[in-house]
Amino acid sequence: MAGRAPGPGDEAMSGTPENMADRDIKEVGGATTSVVTVSGVNKVFDTSGGRTNALEGIDLTINTGEFVSLIGPSGCGKSTLLRLIGDLTAPTSGTVTVNGKPARQARLDRDYGIVFQAPVLFDWRSVQANVALPLEVKGMSRRERDERVRAMLELVELRDFARHYPYQLSGGMQQRVSIARALALQPSILLMDEPFGALDEMTRERMNSEVQRIWQQTGTTVVFVTHSIPEAVFLSSRVVVMSPRPGRIVRVIDVDLPRPRTDDTRETARYFELITEVRETLRGRRAGERADGVASAERTMAEGAVG
Amino acid sequence: MTSSGDVARRSRASAAVSPARAILRGAALALLFVVLLIGVWEGAKALGGDPWRFRDASGAETIYRPPFKWDIASDLALPHVWKIWEALAAPVQRQQTQSLAEFLVGAAVHTGQEAALGFLFGGVFGLALAAVFVHSKLAERAFMPYIVASQTIPILALAPLIAFAFGNGLVGIVIVASYLTFFPVAIAQLRGLTSPDPRALELMRSCAASRWTIFWKVRMPASLPYLFAALKIAATASIVGAIVGEGNPGGSQFGLGRSILNFNEQYGSAPEKLWAAILASALLGLAFFLAIRIAELVVLRGRPGAGAG
Amino acid sequence: MTALAGESDITSRRRVPAARRIARQIRYQAPAIVVAVAVLVIWELGVTALNMQQFILPRPSAIAAALVTESPTLQVAAGNTLFEALGGLAIGVSAGVLTAFAVSRWARVREAILPIAIGASAIPIIAAAPIFSNWFGILNPFSKMAVVILLVYFPMLINVARGLTQVEPSAVELMQASAASEGQVLRKVRIPNALPYFFTALKVCTTLSLIGAVVAEYFGGSSDVLGRVIVQSSSRLRFDITWAAITVAALSGILMYLVVLMVERVVIPWHASQRVAES
Repeated sequence: MAGRAPGPGDEAMSGTPENMADRDIKEVGGATTSVVTVSGVNKVFDTSGGRTNALEGIDLTINTGEFVSLIGPSGCGKSTLLRLIGDLTAPTSGTVTVNGKPARQARLDRDYGIVFQAPVLFDWRSVQANVALPLEVKGMSRRERDERVRAMLELVELRDFARHYPYQLSGGMQQRVSIARALALQPSILLMDEPFGALDEMTRERMNSEVQRIWQQTGTTVVFVTHSIPEAVFLSSRVVVMSPRPGRIVRVIDVDLPRPRTDDTRETARYFELITEVRETLRGRRAGERADGVASAERTMAEGAVG
Repeated sequence: MTSSGDVARRSRASAAVSPARAILRGAALALLFVVLLIGVWEGAKALGGDPWRFRDASGAETIYRPPFKWDIASDLALPHVWKIWEALAAPVQRQQTQSLAEFLVGAAVHTGQEAALGFLFGGVFGLALAAVFVHSKLAERAFMPYIVASQTIPILALAPLIAFAFGNGLVGIVIVASYLTFFPVAIAQLRGLTSPDPRALELMRSCAASRWTIFWKVRMPASLPYLFAALKIAATASIVGAIVGEGNPGGSQFGLGRSILNFNEQYGSAPEKLWAAILASALLGLAFFLAIRIAELVVLRGRPGAGAG
Repeated sequence: MTALAGESDITSRRRVPAARRIARQIRYQAPAIVVAVAVLVIWELGVTALNMQQFILPRPSAIAAALVTESPTLQVAAGNTLFEALGGLAIGVSAGVLTAFAVSRWARVREAILPIAIGASAIPIIAAAPIFSNWFGILNPFSKMAVVILLVYFPMLINVARGLTQVEPSAVELMQASAASEGQVLRKVRIPNALPYFFTALKVCTTLSLIGAVVAEYFGGSSDVLGRVIVQSSSRLRFDITWAAITVAALSGILMYLVVLMVERVVIPWHASQRVAES
């Protein structure tokens, strides 16, 4: 699904806009560059059990500064799609372009940071050393590294835990460290693969607010894989709904909730409407369709046709 | 073009290999290794050994002189591979009808039996000990430090003594082999029995399963991978124990331990015999190892990580 | 504000006062201590009371006496044996680690070599002791060192190779996402990951090195090594000396093991095994 076409009046603005709809944010900062273009991508896995069609015919454009969620049932290939964008795996056919370059080049240029579901922190490094890791790999000087690490830990509000070790932190805190690490190189894109899946609901909601704050502060483009419909709606500019295997993009839903989104947003009618819309799409119904339309729509969904 | 992420995923997917294929691969590797070993062996002799003498049918002798002279490649230190082969076919002693090969097979069987018995007793004792420790924290705290410390005591060093104390018979050596077996088995089995997720145990208790049931249905199956890892170590240890135990002066004349010592004394005149005895020991060790490996592949068939060696 | 409101579940370890820690340790070890004392007492009394084969199993007091009287001989012997053990340990461990590095780089090589190494560790290496005596001379300490090298090489190779390669795939992907080179992955991920494996193997290897040296000496060697003291004193039926020598060997082994534990504590304090377990 293509994104919005660049509109007139693309004035450059400085600073982080508050209380703007995402539509407006996209047009800030110059042209509405599409930062990620996935075109005609298929992914087939060869396992000892046979061939698996993970993804089929994926076309997706993500624009600068957007927050895009990928949501779908287990096995729909959303994590695979994320990995394709990050050049951690290659498409069987089709192309992935990031920042105007092939995905591989974008990875080698360190254009993105990644956060997994597990924090994947190194036991043998303190919190600050973990955050410093990408900076060391890049070859930054000691002084620059220390400064950047300090800034990142400030960003995720863990400055007092710089010298702690991962085992001393709770799951939510460890995940914040991994977010700090992902942002250490100030990448233009942040890839997140169900980062809060292992956390409890309350911590999860808090982390959602944190991620939103960080996103608005840094202006990074975020591609976010999740299982949770409320999370997707709360965080995103757009929600990409995917079908079960073979994964296809069923629908892209614009989320027009105003920013910044707060706990109050979670109680608005529009929020619930959007959640329902996503849920219905996942179930194979278009928004507004009645339950009697269920059987045929679900069958259509199962057969893999785009709903 | 694939990236490492793909490789990691693929290797995980293809980790389950059938036992038949594993065996074939193992055999192929072993063969390759033997060929390479012989290549290096004779290669060293070709470069720096004693002159090679060939006698053909007409009685004429061809001599090949290697370019260098290395003590370690001399005919005494490193007999030709075919000389060892010939010695196997020749009588074990002058005036004896039994060939060296037959003798060594008999010795290997003798030692193997001692080791196997020790392995059996030690294994059972280790399993029992682990079962007791898993159910009694007190017992574990009381005895575990000694069991751990006992591994730093060179029990192997006591082997001849123990064999002597028990009259140089089967009993002493079996005791040594049992001792060397029971520790790795007890430790590994304990780790295995305590490995199940506590939630799995809670699940069993929630449907009023007795401790006995929990033990057999949850703990034992979980412990098997750990057990097999230890059994492989214990198998070699029991053979080593048997060999060293037999080395006791006044011990039985059969068995590989005694043969090694005897052939060591005859090394000057017939170095091939000692090498043959060592070869027999190596094969015995491998035989035990393979037996357990095959048992493991059968028992743990289908489990992830089976066949990890 | 450094913690999110409500997030107070930080699991930092509080410093327990030293005295309480020691008391707790003693209470924890009490059953073991009781067993030790009981065994010694039963041994001492039992041997006397039953008039057991005192020549095979002397009373603890007799062994203690022998330790004192034979102390000069035992010290020299222990020194020589330790030299063989440590020398072989150093060489074997280095060789094993180097091979592990070489092998971990290429998956094909590793798949070929590891089964061979595992198979080789099934061979009773001790059987090769006489060969080494013949090669290097029966009085040459290197002939015993060679046995130790072989004993120690394989477990070290297998364990370090595992440690270098069994890294969480996500960790490798993370490094790839930062476009790290193979060398950087090796230095920053694989090597630290392998350290616990290295120490596990080292603990096994120190024990093996001592036992290997002593038993290799059984097959022949100069008289002032522990193995020969054991063999010669037992053939003279002076079993108190035999057991004294064995005690010295055991204590040396325990000492080496403790040294490894201490080094481990310094090098990998972050590892789960190094944290004090709450009883």
